[in-house]
This record gives sequence, C-alpha cells and structure tokens, in this order.
Amino acid sequence: MTDVYKRFIDKVGLPRLTIILFLVALMIVATVNRLPTPMLLTNSLVRIGMNGVMVLAMVPSVQSGAGLNFGLSIGIIAGLIGMLVVMEFNLAGFLGLVVALLIACVLGAAAGYVYGQILNRVRGQEMMIGTYAGFSIVSGMCMFWLLAPFRNPEMIWVVGGKGLRLTLAVDDSLAKILDNLWRFEILGVEIPVGLLLAFALACLLLEVFFRSRFGVSMKVAGANPAFAKSCGVDVDKMRVLGTVLSTALGAMGMVIYCQSFGYVQLYMAPLMMSFPAVAAVLIGGASARKATVWNAVLGTVLFQTLLTISLPVTRSVIQGDISEVAKTIISNCMILYALTRKEGDG
Amino acid sequence: MKERIRQNAVPALFFGMCVLGMLISGQNSRYVAQELISRLARNWFLVLSLIIPVTAGLGLNFAIVLGAMAGQIGLIIVTHYKLPGLAGLAVAALLSVPIAVVLGISAGHVLNKARGREMITSMMLGFAVNGFYQLVFLFMVGTVFPVKNPEIMLDNGVGLRGTIELKYCKYALDNLIRLRLFRIDVPVAPIAIVILLCFGIRWLYKTKLGQELRAVGQDMGVASVSGINVDRTRITAMVMSTVLAAIGQVIFLQNMGTINTFNSHEQIGTVAIASLLVGGATVSRATVGQGLIGTLLFQLLFIISPAAGQRLMGNAQIGEYFRVFIGYGIIGAALLIHAWGRTTSPRSASRPARDKAVAGAGSD
Repeated sequence: MTDVYKRFIDKVGLPRLTIILFLVALMIVATVNRLPTPMLLTNSLVRIGMNGVMVLAMVPSVQSGAGLNFGLSIGIIAGLIGMLVVMEFNLAGFLGLVVALLIACVLGAAAGYVYGQILNRVRGQEMMIGTYAGFSIVSGMCMFWLLAPFRNPEMIWVVGGKGLRLTLAVDDSLAKILDNLWRFEILGVEIPVGLLLAFALACLLLEVFFRSRFGVSMKVAGANPAFAKSCGVDVDKMRVLGTVLSTALGAMGMVIYCQSFGYVQLYMAPLMMSFPAVAAVLIGGASARKATVWNAVLGTVLFQTLLTISLPVTRSVIQGDISEVAKTIISNCMILYALTRKEGDG
Repeated sequence: MKERIRQNAVPALFFGMCVLGMLISGQNSRYVAQELISRLARNWFLVLSLIIPVTAGLGLNFAIVLGAMAGQIGLIIVTHYKLPGLAGLAVAALLSVPIAVVLGISAGHVLNKARGREMITSMMLGFAVNGFYQLVFLFMVGTVFPVKNPEIMLDNGVGLRGTIELKYCKYALDNLIRLRLFRIDVPVAPIAIVILLCFGIRWLYKTKLGQELRAVGQDMGVASVSGINVDRTRITAMVMSTVLAAIGQVIFLQNMGTINTFNSHEQIGTVAIASLLVGGATVSRATVGQGLIGTLLFQLLFIISPAAGQRLMGNAQIGEYFRVFIGYGIIGAALLIHAWGRTTSPRSASRPARDKAVAGAGSD
C-alpha cells in the first residue's frame, strides 16, 4: 500500500501534488464563502492566456541544453520596445498588434543570438549569468527609457517633456484586442477565445517544430551532447538556436501580456518577471534538463489559477492583497526546490 | 607580475571612473568626503561579512540578505518596546543573533544539497525567505501575532509600515565617539568595530577552523580525505556570514535612521557583493583589503554619479539609474569573466574535484 502511495508521489512530484492540494483547498474555501465562481474562472482564463507564452519560452532553451532561461527579461525588454514603437506611431488595432509582434520577434531573436553566444562560453553557470544578464539589461534600459527619442506626448513625462513615463496606458484600439476577439459567455464565464487561441497556436507551432528533423536534433543535443556530436549535430549551434527561440518567444509573450493587461510598465518593472515563468514550467513537471510543451501548459494553468483564486479567498479571510506575496513565495520556493534536487529530478 | 595586473585591473578601472566622475560632477570635496566617511562606516561591516563563505568555496553569498533580515527583525522588536540608545542597539543585535544562526544553519543545509550551483541557490534562498518575511510582517503582525503599535503599524492594525523610523536608537553607535577631523565628522565607534572585525577575520584564518575553511574552499575532495567534515565546515561558514550580516545590518540601519521595512535588506545583497567585486575580488578569492577598498570605490561612485549625470546629460535621474546599473552590471561582468576563464583555461585541469563540481552544475 505504502509502495503504491510512494510511487504515486514520485510520479506526480511532491511540489506539484502540494500545489494541486492547495488549489483544491482554496476552491473549497471559495465555494464555502460563496465567492463568485464565474468571475474567478474568467480571471483565471485571462491570466493563463496572458502568461502562457512567456512560460512556453522556457521549453526551447531547456530542450536545447541551455537550461532554464533566467535571462528571459532580455526578451521581455524586446517585447516592450515592440509595444512602444507601435504606440509611438499610433498604429491601431490588428495592424498594431502584428507590427508589435514582428518587432518583438526580430529584436528578441537578435538579442537571443548574442545571449546564446555568451551562454555557450559559460557552461555550468548559465542560470547565474542569465539572471545577472537580465538584471543588467533591465537596469541599463532604464537609462534608455529616459533618453530614447520618443515624441508622443501621451507617452513622455508632462513636466520636462523628455523620457518615458513609468506606466503607459495602451491605446483603446489595441488594449485587450486578443481578449475580445470572438469572446463569448457561457454560464457567466467569459471565454477570451482569441487570447487562448494565440497561446494554443504558439504551443502547436512549437510542438510541430520539435517533431521536425531540426527540432529532434535540438532535443538530442540537449539530452546527450556527446551522442549528438557523434551524429554530426552542432551542439553549440543548437544551444544558440534554443536561446534565440526562447528569447523571441519571451518577447512576443510580453506583447501579448501587455495588450491583455492594458498597460506597459517600464523601468524596474520587468526586473523579476523571469522567475514566475521559470517557476511555472517547473510546477508543470519540468526540470532543468527536460521540459515539454505540456509542462508549460499544465504549469501555467495550475500556477495562474492558484494565484487568481488566492486573492479573493485570502481577502475574505484576512485583509490585504496577499497574491503578490504568494507569487513570490511559491515561485521562489519552487525554483529552490528544483535547484536542490539531484540531476535529472524535478 | 601579469597576475598582479590582472588582479588590480578592476579596482584601477573604477578608480579611473571615480576620478573622472569627480572632475565632471565638480562637487564640493568636503561634502564628498563627509558623505563617503559615513557611508563607509555603515557599509564596511556588511561587505566584510561576505568574505568567509568565499574562502570556504561557497562563492558570493547572496544569502547575506537572510542575515540582514534577522538584524532588521531585532531592530523592529527594539523599536516596538521603545528601548533607547546604545542599550537598544545591543539588544537588537543580541536578538538578531539567534535568528541569524537558525537561518544560517538552514541556508548551509540547503547549499550543501546544491553543490556547484551555490550562488544561484543562495540568491533564490534570499528571494524565497524574503517572501516569508513579507508574509509575516505584512499579514501576520496584528492578526496572528497580537501586536498593537500605531507607531510602526499601518492604520488598519495589520502589517508594518513601509518605513519605520528608529526614533529611540538612531545614531546611537555613531554618536558614541565623534571626532572632527579637517571639519569632517568621523563616527569613530563603527569604524573601530570594523577594524576589530578585520583583525578577527585575520585571526580566524590562523586557527584550526580557519585552516579547515580554506582547505574545504580549495578542494572538497582532498579536505574530506584528510578528515575534515566538509558539510559541517560549510554550514559553519554560512552561520558566521549570516550572523555578521545581521550585526552589520544593525550598524547600517542605526546610521540610516529609518528602516525601509520591505526593501532595506534586499538592496544589501547587491550593494555589498558589487562592492567586494569592485575591490578586485573574484568568486573564489576575496580578502579583507579588497572588501575595504571596493566599498570605498563603489560608494564614491554612488555619491558622485547623480551629479555627474546631471552635468553630462542634464538629468540627475540618469545618474540614479546608472548606479543601479553599475551594481548589477559589475556582478554580471565579474561572474561572466570568472565562468569564462574557468571553461577555457587549461589550468583548471589540475583541479579535478572542483571541475567535477562544475561539470555537475553544467549538466544541470
């Protein structure tokens, strides 16, 4: 009996089990306290769609052997630039979204290429270097936001007339454009179809890529570099490619996040954004050596639902907004847990 | 000789930047000196708390944030009970020590489970424990812990204020002995404590424990074979570092006069580590002298960069962001150079045990 029990825990993984149990407990409290379930579900769905692509960005970098991408903020900055350019030129609607995604993708890929080259030279310290590369870029870009040649009076400080504001509201024609696409209501739950479809499309494309010949050789390079080399796969190139894909996905994920959020937050706001994304894919059952699209999807769903529900539930029990603190504790403990495991486990 | 130049390249570069910044900013030299001496008096102790883990091979201890939290908890308690002056500070330091010991032991155990990736783990440890710190002081004070004190708590009676003024023990240590030298106020007591600590660390390295710390830092395999309990030595190093950081934070905050309840300790990690690195320390080698000089250069740059930014770009905000960038950038660059050197230099082949640890981290 205990054997079955133990094997079950081994299979599901202790942290995932804890998170699921916690989620169930929160749901019970929510029902007992008669909290508006449809609203909670709506918010969960929106947050899953908002954050999904950024979590998905972890998959190619892990698969190619470059490890969890702690420097995702580099991609996030590229996404922010994409949004800012579109807002500067007042590009509206879908045209704006597509242009923002394109700029984000190109800049993200370029930055990812340089970042990948660096990671290839610091094997074994990717996580630490990635984290501080991200921190440096975010704080360095603070100076850029102040000096950048943006002229749109909606975006720059009123006093002084120079430098971008801390928080910029996204234009009405662009804000929530994916959320509202084909949106419908069922049993009081609003489904943001466009947003979820975008996430699903990204998952699908990535999955197709990993089944292609190129994708398979990337996986081999990540799983067994020596074997890959003997098969004639250029391991270094694959690692760079994985980082490029990851950074570009992070950039596009940020554009999707911003349009759904309705605001673009600059300066130190992106500093810690890579950690929840890392934590989410780990919650989904990934490790530093193995991550699948499924891990990213499951992790996003579990993590974001937990955070969404925890806010009103804890508010009904104690005062104050506990969800930020919960996010900090859960994501950092999850990463810590993964770091203290022996290689390969989760 | 070549080695020597390499070692001093970083401090020399920063010295050059400081000189250039001074020329550009054109600030009053007495103002700069006054500002510098008080910043040194409050930062030196914290920076020196980083040295022991480097010697023990644990790398830069980002988990001194844990010690800083312990120090802050001590000060918050003292402020709550309105203990005044030097006695208040002493009680705060004494209260923070047991907390720091417990945190240090736990941190040591966690790091022993994450060999070869100690630095990232210690950093995540700082973030995670900070989450719990926020949980306690934002939500549990006033609800779980029946505390009522409108001076330090939010108006609704739950959670601490974002900034707490240290009304009762502000400047207690600084004011103990004040010397006026060339019209500059010198807080003698904190500097004297730093000097004591320098000699303390020097003495430690001569004891048996110090030798063990060094042996473990050089090669865990050899140390283990020669009968040293590696795990325990590493935990001891972490405990010492955390306790020193707790005391350092008490010294730091009595000079600041206010606690940024949820920020003060977070900044400490970055600032202290960047300071040590500016002094020419690396991930595997750090001396007391490097800590002292590094703090001097880093704080000098801190003082002059807003004014230099104002003069150069017409915007003081640029200078503010520049120093944040320097803080993160110097750590990033130092880690990069260290990791780069380790994977390419053939010398590392003579260190099989450490290489193995690195390789282990690499495949993870």
